[in-house]
Amino acid sequence: MTDGTIPLTVDGRPIEARPGQTILEAAEAAGIYIPRLCWLQGLSPSGSCRVCTVRVNGRPQAACTQPAAPGMVVENDTEELRALRRDLIDMLFVEGNHFCMFCEKSGNCELQALAYRFGITAPKYPFLFPQRELDATHPDLLIDRNRCILCGRCARASRELDGKALFGFTGRGPNRRLAVGAAAGLGATAADAADRAMAACPTGALLAKRVGYAVPVGRRRYDQAPIGSEVARPAGGE
Amino acid sequence: MTTSATPPLDEVLGSFEHDRSRLLDILLALQRRLGQLDDATIDGVAAGLGLPRVDVASVVSFYSFLGGQRRGRVVIRLCNDVPDLLMGADRVAAGLEEELGIRFGETTPDGRFTLEHASCIGMSDQAPAALINDVVVPNLGQGAARRLVREIRANPDAKDLRRLLVREYGDGQNAHALVRAAVKNNLRHAGEVVFAEREANAGLAKALAMSPAEVIREVKTARLRGRGGAGFPTGLKWEFTRAATSDQRYLICNADEGEPGTFKDRVVLTERPDLLFEGMTIAGYALGASKGILYLRGEYAYLLEYLEHVLAWRRAHGLLGRRVYGRPGFDFDIRIQLGAGAYVCGEETALIASAEGLRGDPKNRPPFPAQRGYLGQPTSVNNVETLCCVARILEMGSGWFASLGSRKSTGTKLLSISGDCTQRGVYELPLGTRLAAVLEQCGAEEARAVLVGGPSGRMVGEADFDRELCFDDLSTGGALVVFDGSRDLLEIASSYLDFFIHESCGYCTPCRVGNVLLKERLDRIRAGRGEAADLDYLQGLGETIRTASRCGLGQTSPNPVLSTLSAFRPLYEARLTRSTAGLQPGFDLGASLAEAGARVGARSLHFETVRDLR
Repeated sequence: MTDGTIPLTVDGRPIEARPGQTILEAAEAAGIYIPRLCWLQGLSPSGSCRVCTVRVNGRPQAACTQPAAPGMVVENDTEELRALRRDLIDMLFVEGNHFCMFCEKSGNCELQALAYRFGITAPKYPFLFPQRELDATHPDLLIDRNRCILCGRCARASRELDGKALFGFTGRGPNRRLAVGAAAGLGATAADAADRAMAACPTGALLAKRVGYAVPVGRRRYDQAPIGSEVARPAGGE
Repeated sequence: MTTSATPPLDEVLGSFEHDRSRLLDILLALQRRLGQLDDATIDGVAAGLGLPRVDVASVVSFYSFLGGQRRGRVVIRLCNDVPDLLMGADRVAAGLEEELGIRFGETTPDGRFTLEHASCIGMSDQAPAALINDVVVPNLGQGAARRLVREIRANPDAKDLRRLLVREYGDGQNAHALVRAAVKNNLRHAGEVVFAEREANAGLAKALAMSPAEVIREVKTARLRGRGGAGFPTGLKWEFTRAATSDQRYLICNADEGEPGTFKDRVVLTERPDLLFEGMTIAGYALGASKGILYLRGEYAYLLEYLEHVLAWRRAHGLLGRRVYGRPGFDFDIRIQLGAGAYVCGEETALIASAEGLRGDPKNRPPFPAQRGYLGQPTSVNNVETLCCVARILEMGSGWFASLGSRKSTGTKLLSISGDCTQRGVYELPLGTRLAAVLEQCGAEEARAVLVGGPSGRMVGEADFDRELCFDDLSTGGALVVFDGSRDLLEIASSYLDFFIHESCGYCTPCRVGNVLLKERLDRIRAGRGEAADLDYLQGLGETIRTASRCGLGQTSPNPVLSTLSAFRPLYEARLTRSTAGLQPGFDLGASLAEAGARVGARSLHFETVRDLR
């Protein structure tokens, strides 16, 4: 601790965190992947998807919001937590209307990639088939709320990176929906295709029009390597 | 977008000095004036306060009492909590629909009436009950409900709905000129702490003669724990808040009692507001706070004028304001924040968000409110009953308080008892009292199950009646809902899931989605289409929701299912079906074929056969 670092263990592996880092950030820096959806580097954490749930000294906590503290014993890749995360990813699938085979985001979608990582071929929960609105009012952008997982990454990116605050949520419970900054729809806002908010979407809920298949399916990000492989390094490796 | 800066908008924004943190008050005032918060109003508020438009729309859509739909001048909100349903709220609902010619969620064509359901309005001991605008109408029957509607219709110019609707005032301060409510206190047993005779402001006087640290030590020595349900040691919470460096700290009193079946704080607010404000003032002194907020649930708006009057009296008598009680250097005042219909706001971080004028989404912890709470300053949130105990501890001494109750659970506890018993109402009993003794006292001879702590607590059966109500055994925020052998506990569990689905903020996945799934499977079992594996499914799903949810609402939301599954498993097993004729019982082939047939406009040839199989 004299050198200002915080020692903790993740699945028995000793790592060191810098002051102010969350468990997720410290693990990331040490080459340990903690699955997540609503977290995105460079944005404040939201702790909403709960996919990064770990056990800290036995207690469940969201790794993306929990600051690292000296001596923490963190469980991450355990059978119990893998099952819990599978359930959460499953919930996000059945809650919306996700048709991967028709989706322009297929292969670049973090939700889909996590499902593959967790071996989900069909959800164990029944589909809820909600009725959700599309917003095609913007000339260059499309919102398909059927694919929105309410992670809030667009909302935070719009505020924290674009300085615009164009996105937020209305409603509560199962009726919580992505909302935009004008009653007339996204086209009536200052949204721009170059906004960081657009790139922040992990699924196909926010899409740029007319570029969907610029990169063919099969040559996309998660077609090459499973999600998480960009982070994970074996213990001791640098 | 013509945001024609309407006079009411300017006036309301002006009266709150364009303060963003008062957004909830601003919207409540506009809702009252305009009957709706339409797109133009939302645009106008956003522009007037310099807020992102989406943030204002977000708040409007969050609270049950706000909305973009035009509501009638008279909004009837019938409580659909379980005790109301036990007492015949469905018949009242049918009567209201027939009398008004509209369904729930609708407004009459003349713009006169809107009919809605409300989650528990804090009147479970006098159910079925409804709110007609701010006026509480308890003990409703079908005939009485219809008469009230006809009465309002016959007096279209009535300015004062209370005068029209309240025939007989309730007991005690319910008859006060500023309350004039038909509500009854039903205070069945006054204990030694909250409802005992006392010397007003003696506790405050003693506290101000001590140092703040000594006051905190006194509360710690009394071993006072929070009465809202979580049971956190009050003195410790204050110590953390006081230790945080800041020149502004806040005390918030949580009077948002929304746990279905809880109504004890309503009786305290009616009969002991002075004791509560005294406790708040002592807390303010101990914390080094100059500002306190009473967060009053919107359903108790009928008490607002009365409580403001009590505060004004205390200000006039030097008990609030500058140099409280003549104590140099101690300034303290209290404002009342009215809620707007959202159970989750009883969660302390959601309550803080709501008091700041935001959506009532709970916040991430850390930071804890003691470090960064209201407007980013150190804040202590304490329950109504807790703060009353504080005043009495300072008046009578920590030794006196610690001698009441049991060793680890000192003092008394206010219980709100409703359901199948003869003496529904509020009881103040020593902590550590056996549940069986309480059931005897309230006339619940036929009790077969008791929901201890409301739906976020647990359903217990007769095997647990010998246990003690205290922090280390059957812990409770105070709600006890009694069920006799004639009640269908699975139907009740399903009804409470409806409540959690309605009141979830939707922020995190497990609570938002999980409870919908939990209810789907429970209802499938209730419909006789469940299979043995469904019980493991309920258990596993419930545990996922409990483990992964972000706040206390989500973590406790599966309890109605998990606790009945544990204490009343045979009730579930009796509803299960064995697979017949090679079909999965969970799959309703007949219904699926009927739905498909309806879509394509043709009937399946197999339809009749399938129906016979079922």
